[in-house]
Amino acid sequence: MDNRNPRQSLPGLCLIPREDGIPRALFPQETPEAYLAQARILESAGGRFLGLWGAGDPEPRICTAFLLREGLFVLVLPLPKETPSPTFPSLSGFIPAANRFERTVRDLFGFRPEGLEDTRPWIGHDLWAVPPLSLPPGSPVPENPGAGSSDYPFVRVTGPGVHEIPVGPVHAGIIEPGHFRFQVVGEKVLRLEELLGYTHKGVDGLFRNRDIAWGARLAARISGDSTVATSMAYAQAIEQALDFSPAAGVRALRALLLERERIANHLGDLGAIGNDAGLGFALSQFGCLKENLLRKNRQHFGARYLFDQVTPGGVRTSLDDEAIADLLEENGILLEEILALHKIYDDHGGLQDRFQNTGVLLPEVAHRLGLGGVVGRASAQAWDLRADHGGDPYRRFPPALALAHTGDVAARVLVRFLEIQESLSFSRALLEHLPEHSIAESIPDNSGPAEGLGIVEGFRGEVLAWVRLAPHGVIEAAHIQDPSALLWPALEIAVPGNLVADFPLINKSFNLSYSGNDL
Amino acid sequence: MWKLLLKIFQTGILTEKRGRPLSQTHPPGFGKSLAIRHVDAGSCNGCELELWALENPYYALSSGGVKFVASPRHADLLLVTGPVTRAMKEALLRTRDAIPGPRRVLAVGDCACNGGIFRDSYAVHGGVDGVIPVDHHLPGCPPSPDELLEAIHHAFGSSPPSSE
Repeated sequence: MDNRNPRQSLPGLCLIPREDGIPRALFPQETPEAYLAQARILESAGGRFLGLWGAGDPEPRICTAFLLREGLFVLVLPLPKETPSPTFPSLSGFIPAANRFERTVRDLFGFRPEGLEDTRPWIGHDLWAVPPLSLPPGSPVPENPGAGSSDYPFVRVTGPGVHEIPVGPVHAGIIEPGHFRFQVVGEKVLRLEELLGYTHKGVDGLFRNRDIAWGARLAARISGDSTVATSMAYAQAIEQALDFSPAAGVRALRALLLERERIANHLGDLGAIGNDAGLGFALSQFGCLKENLLRKNRQHFGARYLFDQVTPGGVRTSLDDEAIADLLEENGILLEEILALHKIYDDHGGLQDRFQNTGVLLPEVAHRLGLGGVVGRASAQAWDLRADHGGDPYRRFPPALALAHTGDVAARVLVRFLEIQESLSFSRALLEHLPEHSIAESIPDNSGPAEGLGIVEGFRGEVLAWVRLAPHGVIEAAHIQDPSALLWPALEIAVPGNLVADFPLINKSFNLSYSGNDL
Repeated sequence: MWKLLLKIFQTGILTEKRGRPLSQTHPPGFGKSLAIRHVDAGSCNGCELELWALENPYYALSSGGVKFVASPRHADLLLVTGPVTRAMKEALLRTRDAIPGPRRVLAVGDCACNGGIFRDSYAVHGGVDGVIPVDHHLPGCPPSPDELLEAIHHAFGSSPPSSE
């Protein structure tokens, strides 16, 4: 597990360490058989499946990402150009998580996953008469005249006393849209199935034929709470494609922005989880701490949620000495507050009664699903790109991994508390040792096609980006993968056996993105 | 428990005074409070973060008589975010129809106003106007809590909407 050198067991797949982060590379596979075989090798070598996506003309392909301790491996399977609906081998037989990704590719591109038994639409909801991304960019997509006429075939549980609760897409609160179907006996959930795709905005299609700067604005709007993470992954992908390495000052400021996003979201989540367990005090207290942080963001970076702060080649704002002193003071105050609130959470019997043994995701299940992020780490999955890989600046001030083992709501709360504390000390180190303040350089031009990958540890887990550039900085295709797509199936496993009334609490402890999933 | 109470005491009241209370601006047809049904019609969740922020003690939206409600039957104002994805069109229409009159429709954020960055996509309607009549628009990506408060008060205190 701790061997960071390329292993002999991965023939032909070798990664070169990179200054700016995680070693990562694309590995073209010549035949579907080779693709399938290589995926099996990576999976059995302990690789975590991170996502699968497609790209259409002019170079139709399937890309599949695996994260190993060595770095990020992306297998590329080119598909025949002139065939209208080419096939590719499904991985879902040995990687169950591939199911929804392959259905998405089928919905959007019309590529057919061979061996995938699940024929139901997923992201596309059968809304279009032809797969929208099989058409050239900008062409109108005819709607499916029969859309909405038939219900999505949820798996049904039958038996005496079993009933069904449909929830959504409009939920009872300020929440993104999605549908949950519960099969229930009495108060207890027997089965939960999700139907997502309501926020599908055609992001992969929008990237096509745009310039790099426009793409950066879109990448910042994949999931509003992860704007730094998605912008950073996108910037890394562009920079890898153009063989450009950002300056140390840029890397440090990006790392700082990423931690500020993590802290803000964890604060919001901790407050909301406490509130869902009946402690209104939590929502007020954490709401204030989060608001203070957002106001500091506005003051020093010009944006509360740090939209568009990370750009390919740099960052938007630098910090002067006064700002650094102010942020260091904020850092100390926040740490004190967090320690006090952590103690209050721990000592509160009523709260712990709701948290403990609720929404348990067993470590072995999390391992089988290949989970990372807060949810994975709360179920003993020791993956954190910041701790594992340590490109600069993580190597200089390595953040410790936050880990819990019980896999319940309490564990997910604990991981968030620990991560805020770790983020604060990491941010303090960054602020105290901020390298020279160069904030942006112009990125080079490319005369031929270029391709790159980016991956960062966002507040939910690994955020992945892939871009393929045509000459002179025109995006031919791009894809951004939020970890939510992998975590949603885990929620379906954590909820059954719990009371219906505990669903909001469990759901909040996962806090997954709909927009980042649906793209 | 005493630690919790002490913390409340130490925190004090943080709510910032701003604007007029709703009770002075309410138009005929509404009571002295405003109930909002929010529909996310495919936003990136950025606008929702600021809607959530309205509930924190600094803005304390509910202390001014404004609250977000679960049922459209209880709502006066339909607040829509997002560019209206194809998949959300029907849910948005049904929610609107379930809100009794007099009602207002407020489109929040660049996406809801004109589709924002997603405008040219095959998957969106390019803003709320493309699907239902809108009474008030609040652009921004995302609009700040202050702008949101102002827009909500404005929508509430305005003359009867065109959509009635």
